[in-house]
Amino acid sequence: MEALTWTGPLGQFLDPVLYVLSAIFLVAIVIQIVLGLASGGSRVVTNPDGTLSSAGGAYDFSSTATRWLGLGLFLIVLAYVVIGIFTGPQVAGIIGGMSQQLMPVWIALILTFIVSIRFKRKLGLYGKLFDSTVGMIGFALVMFWVYAGVMAGLFDWITTHDSLSQVSGMKNKVPGTPMRSTEDGEYAWYLLGGDNLARDVFSRLFKGAWVVVQIAPLATVFAFMVGITLGLPAGFYGGRLDTLLSFLANLILAFPVILLFYLLVTPEIVATGIPNYMATVLFVFPLIFVGVLLNSRYYTQPSFRTPLLIVVLGIMGWIYLSLISDGGTKVAVLPEFLDLFDIDPGILVVFVSVVFVNAPTVFRIVRGLAMDIKTRDYVAAAQTRGEGPWYIMLWEILPNARGPLIVDFCLRIGYTTILLGTLGFFGLGLQSESPDWGTTINAGRRLLSAYPHPAIAPALSLLTMVLGLNLLADGLREESLKD
Amino acid sequence: MGLFILRRLGVMLLTALCLTFIVFFLTNLYPNLEKLAKTQGNFRMTDEAVASWLDDRGYIDNTFVKYGRWLGVAPGWVTEKEDGTITGQCFKENAPVEERPTFCGVLQGDWGFSLVFKDEVSSLVAIRLGATGKLMGFVLLVMVPMSLIVGVLAGMREGSGLDRSLSTFSIATTATPEYVSGVIFIAIFASSAFGLKWFKGSATQAIENATFENFTLPVLTIALYGMGYIARMTRASMTEVMTAQYIRTARLKGVSFGNIVLKHALRNALIAPFTVIMLQIPWLLNGVVIVETLFNYKGFGWLLVQAAGNNDIELLLAVSVVSVVVVLITQLISDIGYVFLNPRIRIS
Repeated sequence: MEALTWTGPLGQFLDPVLYVLSAIFLVAIVIQIVLGLASGGSRVVTNPDGTLSSAGGAYDFSSTATRWLGLGLFLIVLAYVVIGIFTGPQVAGIIGGMSQQLMPVWIALILTFIVSIRFKRKLGLYGKLFDSTVGMIGFALVMFWVYAGVMAGLFDWITTHDSLSQVSGMKNKVPGTPMRSTEDGEYAWYLLGGDNLARDVFSRLFKGAWVVVQIAPLATVFAFMVGITLGLPAGFYGGRLDTLLSFLANLILAFPVILLFYLLVTPEIVATGIPNYMATVLFVFPLIFVGVLLNSRYYTQPSFRTPLLIVVLGIMGWIYLSLISDGGTKVAVLPEFLDLFDIDPGILVVFVSVVFVNAPTVFRIVRGLAMDIKTRDYVAAAQTRGEGPWYIMLWEILPNARGPLIVDFCLRIGYTTILLGTLGFFGLGLQSESPDWGTTINAGRRLLSAYPHPAIAPALSLLTMVLGLNLLADGLREESLKD
Repeated sequence: MGLFILRRLGVMLLTALCLTFIVFFLTNLYPNLEKLAKTQGNFRMTDEAVASWLDDRGYIDNTFVKYGRWLGVAPGWVTEKEDGTITGQCFKENAPVEERPTFCGVLQGDWGFSLVFKDEVSSLVAIRLGATGKLMGFVLLVMVPMSLIVGVLAGMREGSGLDRSLSTFSIATTATPEYVSGVIFIAIFASSAFGLKWFKGSATQAIENATFENFTLPVLTIALYGMGYIARMTRASMTEVMTAQYIRTARLKGVSFGNIVLKHALRNALIAPFTVIMLQIPWLLNGVVIVETLFNYKGFGWLLVQAAGNNDIELLLAVSVVSVVVVLITQLISDIGYVFLNPRIRIS
C-alpha cells in the first residue's frame, strides 16, 4: 500500500488549475482594492443616503472579474470534494478520502440548505439568514461541525479508527500514511497522520468535535439563563439591587480568566466540592427562569397555572437534581435509584467554570438592554394595564431585546469554544486522553517544530468553527437590522 | 470629576480586597494546604505530620486571621517549638527579641516568600513583569497602529471591496485564539515540516536579547487576536462619522476625499477606539499567559501558570493583585480618557 498524497492522481489535473486560478484571484483582489482607492468610474450613481459615487469603468470590471474568479475557485474546490466522494482515497488522495468519510455530513448539509431555502419566507429571522451570503457561509461552517460532531459522537460514522487505540509503527506519521497490516474491513490509512501516541488524528478530530458540540451551546444557554434572570431585575429596578449585582459581575470580570480556571479546576479544589456547590447554585437559574416566566403569564388562571407549574417544574427539578447529585462527590441529595444520569465530574467542572465566566458578560448586556427598553411606551402601557413587574420584564422587555441577544448568543458560543480550548490547552479539567481540540493542541505542541500535523488539525477545526459562528452572528445582525 | 475619580478608586480598592480574599480562600482550602505541605516537606508524610507542619507555620488558623496577616493588619504567627526555638512569620529562627516585628504584610511592603522559586515574591514579580512589559509594549506598538489603519480604511467607504476584504480579515482574526494562531505560525514559519524556518519557535532567549528572529512570532500572535476587535470598533465608528452631516457639508464644499478622511473624520472617529483599546489590555493579559506558555517566554504569564499550578499561595496572591490592578486602572483610564476626548461630555 502506498502513502497517499493530498490530492492523489486527480491532483495532477486539478492542482495546476487551482494554483493558477488562486494566483489570478489574489492579483485581481489587489487590483480591485487599488483601483477602488485611486480611480473613479465612468458613470455617476446616486446612493440611497443621497451621496454620489462613480461606477462602471475599470473598477467595475475588476470587481466583476474578482467575483467570477472567486466562483471558479469555489467550483474547483467543490470538484475535489465531489469527485472524492465517489472515487475515494485511491483517486482523490487524502482530501478525497476525507470527503468520502464525511458523506453523511454533506447529505445532511445539502438537505438542510434545500429545505431552509425552499421555506425561507416562513421561517422568520432564521429564514432571512439565507438572504445574506456571509450568514449562509457561517451557517454552513457551523452546521458542518454540528453534524460531524453528532454523527461521529453518537453514531460512530465518520471516524476511521478508534480514537484511543494505538497502532504500532504509526507514531508521528505524516498524513496519508498506510497502516502496516490491515485486517478485513479496517481502514487502510491514517488520513491525517498519527499523533505522538500513534493514534489516528482524523478520528480524534471528529470525536473532539462531539465534545465541543455537546458542551459549548449548553454552557452558553446556562450562562444566558443566569444572565437574563439577574440582568432583567437589575436593569428594571435599578437602585441598590443593581449596584450590588453589577459589583459582583465586575468582580468576576476583573479576574484573569486563566487564574480563575486554575483556581476552580485543579483536583484539590474539586475534592473540596466547591465546583459541585457552584453547579448547585448556577443550575437552579433555569428553574427560576421558567417558573417565573410561566407564573407571571398565567397567574390570573390558577386552575391552569398550578398543574402546569407542577408538571414543568417537577420534570425540570428532577433533571436538575440528577444533574447535580453524583454518588462520588459532596453533593449527593438524590438516592441512587432516582438519579437519572451521572455527569463525568471533569466535564461538570469545566461546564461550571465556563458558565461562571460567561454569565457576568451576559448580565451586563441584558441589564443595559433592560435599562434602555424600560423607557419605551409599550412598557408604560403594560404598567397602566396593571401588569406585574415580572410580566413586564419577561413578556414585554425580553422579547423586544431578542435581536441583540440572539447575535450575542452566536458570538458567545464561539467564545465558549475558545474557552474550552484554553482549558484543554493548559491541561485543566478534561482527561489527558480526551480527544477535545484544546487537549489535543496541548499534546501536540511539544513536538510542534518537528511534527506539526497533530496540533494543526484541531487548531484549524477550532478556527473554522469559531469563524463560522462569528460570520453567522454577523449575518444575523445584518438581517435583523434590516427591518 | 475629582469626586468621580475618588469614588472609582474606592470601588477599585474594595474590588481588589474582595478578589484577593477569594484567591486567598481558594488557595487556603485544606486539600491545597495538604498538597503544599507534602511538596515542601516530603511526599510520605502522615496525616498528623501534615497537620503539625501546617500548624507550626500558622496555616491552620482562621482564614480571616490569615488574610489579615497577609495584609499586615493582624500580628504574624509565632511558634515556640518543644526545644525552645522560636520561629515566626516576620523573622528568622532565633532572631533577637528586639528584631522581631509584629506585623509583616502587604501594607508593610512585605509581599512574602515564594515557596516554589525560593525567592522574595516582590523581586520575582518585578523581574517577570518587566519581561512581560517588553512583550506588551511591542504588542501595542504593532497592534494599535495596524488595527486603526485597518479600521479606518474599511470604514471610509462602507461596502466597497476594500471594506469587505478587511472586514473578513478582522472577523477571521477575532476567531483565531492565540493558541491556534501560535500553533499555525510555529508550524509554518518555524518547523521543519514546511522548511521555512524564518523565525524561532521559542522565545526563551528573548528575555535578555530580543531579536527579530525570536520575538516576531509571540508579538504577532498576541497582536493578531486583539487586532480584529479594535479594527471592527474603529470601522463602526468611522462609518458612523462618514454619514454625519458635517462630512456631507465638507463634500459639498468640494473638499477632496483624502482631506475629508484625514482632517474631518479621523479625529472624531478615534474617540471610541480609545476606550476599546484600553479595555482590550486586560484581555491581552490572557493572551500573554497563553503565548508565554506556548513560546516558553518566562514572563508574568508564565509566573502565573507556575504559581497556580504549584499552589504557591503568596506568589499567586501577588500575581492576582497585579492583574486586578491592571484591569481596574485600564478601566479608570478609559473612563477618564473618554470624558476628556469627547467634547460633548467635556464641555457639559
